This record gives sequence, structure tokens and C-alpha cells, in this order.
Amino acid sequence: MERILFGDNQFFGVNHLSEDKAHAQAMKFQDINAVIEVLDIAYDEGIRVFMCTTHERIADICDHVRADPEHYGDLQFYPCMPYAHKYANAVTEQGMMGALETFLPKEGTVGAFINGVVSAARKDVEQLATMLIDAEMKMFEGLKTPVIFLQNVVTDLILGLGMNDVFRMFADHVKKRYGAEPGFITMNVPRLLDALESAGIENPIVCANINKIGFRMCGGVEAYEKIIATRRFRPVAMSVLASGAIPPGEAIDYVCKQPQIEAIVFGASTRGNIRQTKSLIGNYDAHGAAA
Amino acid sequence: MIRVALLGLGKMGLSHCAIINTHPDIELVAVCDTAEYLLAVLGKYSHIKTYTNYRKLLAAETLDAVFVATPSRFHAEMVRDALEAGLHVFCEKPFCLDTEEGLRLAELAEQKNRVNQVGYHYRFVGTFHELKHLLDVGTLGALHHIRAEAYGPVVLRAKGRTWRTSKSEGGGCLHDYASHAVDLVNYLVGRPQAVGGTVMNRLFSGDVEDEVYSNLFYANGLSGQIAANWSDESQRKMSTKVSVWGTNGKVVADRQEMKVYLRDASKAPDSFNKGWNTRYTTELTDPVWFYLRGEEYSAQIDHFVEAVKTGLMDTRSTMRSAVDTDLVLSAMAKDANRRVGAATQTAVMPGSPRATSSMANVLRRLGTRNLPASA
Repeated sequence: MERILFGDNQFFGVNHLSEDKAHAQAMKFQDINAVIEVLDIAYDEGIRVFMCTTHERIADICDHVRADPEHYGDLQFYPCMPYAHKYANAVTEQGMMGALETFLPKEGTVGAFINGVVSAARKDVEQLATMLIDAEMKMFEGLKTPVIFLQNVVTDLILGLGMNDVFRMFADHVKKRYGAEPGFITMNVPRLLDALESAGIENPIVCANINKIGFRMCGGVEAYEKIIATRRFRPVAMSVLASGAIPPGEAIDYVCKQPQIEAIVFGASTRGNIRQTKSLIGNYDAHGAAA
Repeated sequence: MIRVALLGLGKMGLSHCAIINTHPDIELVAVCDTAEYLLAVLGKYSHIKTYTNYRKLLAAETLDAVFVATPSRFHAEMVRDALEAGLHVFCEKPFCLDTEEGLRLAELAEQKNRVNQVGYHYRFVGTFHELKHLLDVGTLGALHHIRAEAYGPVVLRAKGRTWRTSKSEGGGCLHDYASHAVDLVNYLVGRPQAVGGTVMNRLFSGDVEDEVYSNLFYANGLSGQIAANWSDESQRKMSTKVSVWGTNGKVVADRQEMKVYLRDASKAPDSFNKGWNTRYTTELTDPVWFYLRGEEYSAQIDHFVEAVKTGLMDTRSTMRSAVDTDLVLSAMAKDANRRVGAATQTAVMPGSPRATSSMANVLRRLGTRNLPASA
């Protein structure tokens, strides 16, 4: 896994501190070329991974990258699926079954599923899960996707329901079909690690908020620090700035002091911020290594 | 351990299921839904007992409390049966399509001394809760206007057929979106005495309204406005905002942040200054044991559990307060229908005990002024 991952919240109107800021960003990036421009800056600054939601607009970026393989030879995508609001809004509009019908291919198993022929047997549930995964992955065809993440709203829903087998299905399919490593985004690291262990998923990639103020870290900062130091998993830190509540230097110092953290995700919209964050990580990493 | 059952596994039901299932003081004994496939999958992979008939569930299981998250038209009978069985009840919003039945249920819960709560989760959002505190201590001086807005991208084209698109089942923007805005207003400044000038408009839906606008009137000179639109594609997800104006300043709050403008900071808590102050969700939100979609969903369930444990009847979102919200929604619907006829009048809330004669005069004047030219 790469050390620095470039996130996409800033492009799609996601800001955990301010709806005004989120709207302003959504307006700024409504032209996909504005997104590509920032991605190009990040790539130019040496960042090689774009960790992105399977938002429908990402398809345009995929097309752009596919069209210029020479320039983007080293660019990797870490897709995070699904873009959940798409499903949630569809469920409100069309009900559970109607929503599934919308997002699944129209022939074969789906018809059987809707008609209630498909059972709760493992192979049937697995088939349904894999169809949903494949539908989300379609836009990345021909691109490098070495790690594929399950978004936190789905990870944590499955976790809460205690359906740990579904994690296994996701992991198996992602490995088998895409040759990728499965990753899990969560707000509940301690509980998720237990669940993944019980599902037989060893040394999992787990992406979670890791910041010194404990913002959206269920179980608390101390529990996270202890778990990161002692349990066998591959942590990816996101929301390290806690949406801007922590100054960058302090925030990155905190994460870099925990050597088990393998990667850091951050989002930015300007060359200045991208360069600053990247060099902060580089500096604190070097400092940590020297210490 | 509190033994609970969950009725309904739709969008909110599934979310509640995950949260309830992880709560350290709850044992989720059983769930009930009519979607057998969903039950089969859940039963197979999660070891939660499943039922398709809630009466059988209530008869067979030993329980302390029930969560009702079915489509709105089923709330009343399920809540009644659960209360009659002596159980504490958490019910999804909106509480009851029939306001009189809602009131009877709230009274029944109080009579039987059962903890009762309705899922108006915005009351558990850090920023709105803090706003409530600021208003309660008089930070803004005398309040004169409140505006609550809720926008989101639910219905963007003419298609789909679920209970949410059916008026008789409690579907529509009024009960789905406007209810949150109304409940927040009630929570923050109390129930209005009258509503007027209500517009309920269809954009894409066949049977229900997609947007709702209404004015709220209070006896003490405070006025309010509600704006709700679930066909707003510019929103990524539901977005709710409250603005309050008082003689000493103004507050604008959404889920993420609270912006406070104060003319005189001496009436405010110590940390506030004259002029603009901003407080973020990061500092106003208490940690929860399990996070799914937002701290408030967990916080409201934890609040209910604590109430059951301690026998607290006055929860932050009681059935009685939810009936108040239903009353405002029902007055809005009546007011909007009146507009369709030849003559319009500002609708006075049914059963409003405090409507004074001077208030009635004000409302009549407003009603007359708002008459359309065709009347």
C-alpha cells in the first residue's frame, strides 16, 4: 500500500464541519475538469493513489485516465463502495426491493431474486453481493485498483447487524475477481477488528478516523492507540485533521508517531495545501525514523 | 440487560437494528417484518430471532421494550399493543397520523408509567441541542422569528411506488421532511398556536406533496416559517437548518456548525463574545459507543435506554411532544387544503388552549390580508 492516499470528499460537497464550505466546494468542482486539474497537481507532486467513492462522477475521471495511459502510468485507484446516498435515496423512493432492482442488472438472477426464488442460502446471498460489487466496479475497468474498500456506512451496518459472513464474501470476491486486497472503512475499529477476526480475515486493511481529539473514533482515543500498537491489522488514517479542528502539523505529527499506521488519506484543493500536507508527512516520517 | 424487540426492518429499522444490537445494555431478542427474504438472511447470518406477525412476537417473547419502525400508518396499533402489554416504547417519527389517537397513546403511556420516546433524532444533534440551551438561558433576548428549513434529493422524477409516496399511509414531504423542521421548532421555542399561508405542492409525485411552506404564529409576537422540499437535487443528502432571531442577536445552526451573532455577550455563556461566534460539531458532540450515519441516531437510543434504566418519563422526545408536532402538521395540511377553495383563512390549531381573542384578531387580519385575488 502507498503511504499517502489522495481522498475525494472535497470534490463532492462533503465537509464534516461546514455545509457552506461543502456547497462552495461542490460548486467549484461541478466541472469535472476542475477535479482533474487538482488530481493532476497531486499526481505531479508525487501522489500515486486516488482513494475515491464510487460516485457516478468518478466514471468521467476514469475515462480521462484511461484515455492517457502514458501520463497516468503509475496512477492507482482505491475505490470505496458503495456511494451510499444513491441507495438510501432510492430506498426512500422505491422501497428496498425496488432499489435493488434499479441497481442490479436486469436479467437472470435478479428476476429470480425479486420473485423470491433466490433463498437465503450462502451462495445466493453471495451472488447478490457480488453482483452489487461488480456493478460498482464497472467504471474502473482497465484501471489499477489494488485495494478496494467497503464504505463505512455499509461496513458499520453489517457490523451492527452481526452479519460477519458478509465481510468474508466481500473479501473473497474482491481478491478473486479483481486481484485486489479488501479494505474496510469504519468508525468502530475495536468492534470491527473482532468481527473480521471471527470471519477469518487476517491482517485486514482498516481505514478509520485517527486524530488526536477522538473525533468519530468509537471506543475513544486511548483504545485506538492501544489497538494500533498491539493488534495485527493495517491501519489507514483518515480525518487526521478532524475536518480542520486540529492544526495540520500537530495532526500529522500525532499520526506519524504511530509507526503501525501504514497510510494516510487526505483531501485538498490547492497545490499549496497538497504540497504542505505531503511534505509534513514526509518530514514527520523522516523524523520518526531517525528517532 | 433490557430485552427488546424491533418491529419493522425498512431503512430506519435496519439502522436501528444495527445500533440496538451493539448497545451494551440491550439484548435484541427478536425482529419482525413482512419481507421474508430479509428475515431469512438476517436470521441466517445474525442469529436474531425473526417474526412476520408482531402480535405473535409480543405474545411469545418476554420483553422490556419495543422499537416501532414500521410505515407510519401501523404505528398506532403497534404502540397501543406494546403499551397494553406493559412495555416501554420507542416509536419512529412521525408518531401518529391520527392526532387524537396519538394523544390517547401518549396518555396511556403516562398512565402506565412507561418510558416513551419518538425518533426525532435532530433533538440529539449536538448543534441543535446547544442552540436549545442558548435559547433557554435567554442568550438571544426576546425571540421574534424562527425559520426551519429541510431540503434533500429524495424524489427527483415521477416514478416509484412505496408507502412514502402514498398520502393515506403517511407518505409525502410533510410527514417525511417538514415533520423534522416542525419538531425542531417545537423543541426550541414551543408549539405555535396557529399556522397560515401553507403551501403544499406536488412537483414529481402523483399522490403526495414534494414541497411544504408555512408560517407559524405565536401569541407572544414570535413568528416562524417552515420550508421543506424533498425534491432538491442540489443537496447531497437531507440538510436541515434553523435560524433564530432575537432582540440580542441571531443563531444559524445546522448539523455541522452553529453560528451565533451577539449584540451583547453578557447574557451568553462565558465562552461567547460580542459579534460572531462559531461552534462546530466536533466540540458539541458527545462520543457514542457505536457510530452509524451520525452520533444522534445512537445518542437517542442511549437516551431511551438510560430512561428505561432510571424510570425517566420525561424523555427528550416524548410521545406527547410528538403529538404536538403531529398537530402542527395536521393544521398545515388543513390550511393548505383551504387554499384550494374560494376563501382562505388562517387555520387555528385544534385544541390550542392559549389562543386569546386578540390573537384571533391578529390571525383574522392576517388571513384576510392573505386572501388571493380570486376570492
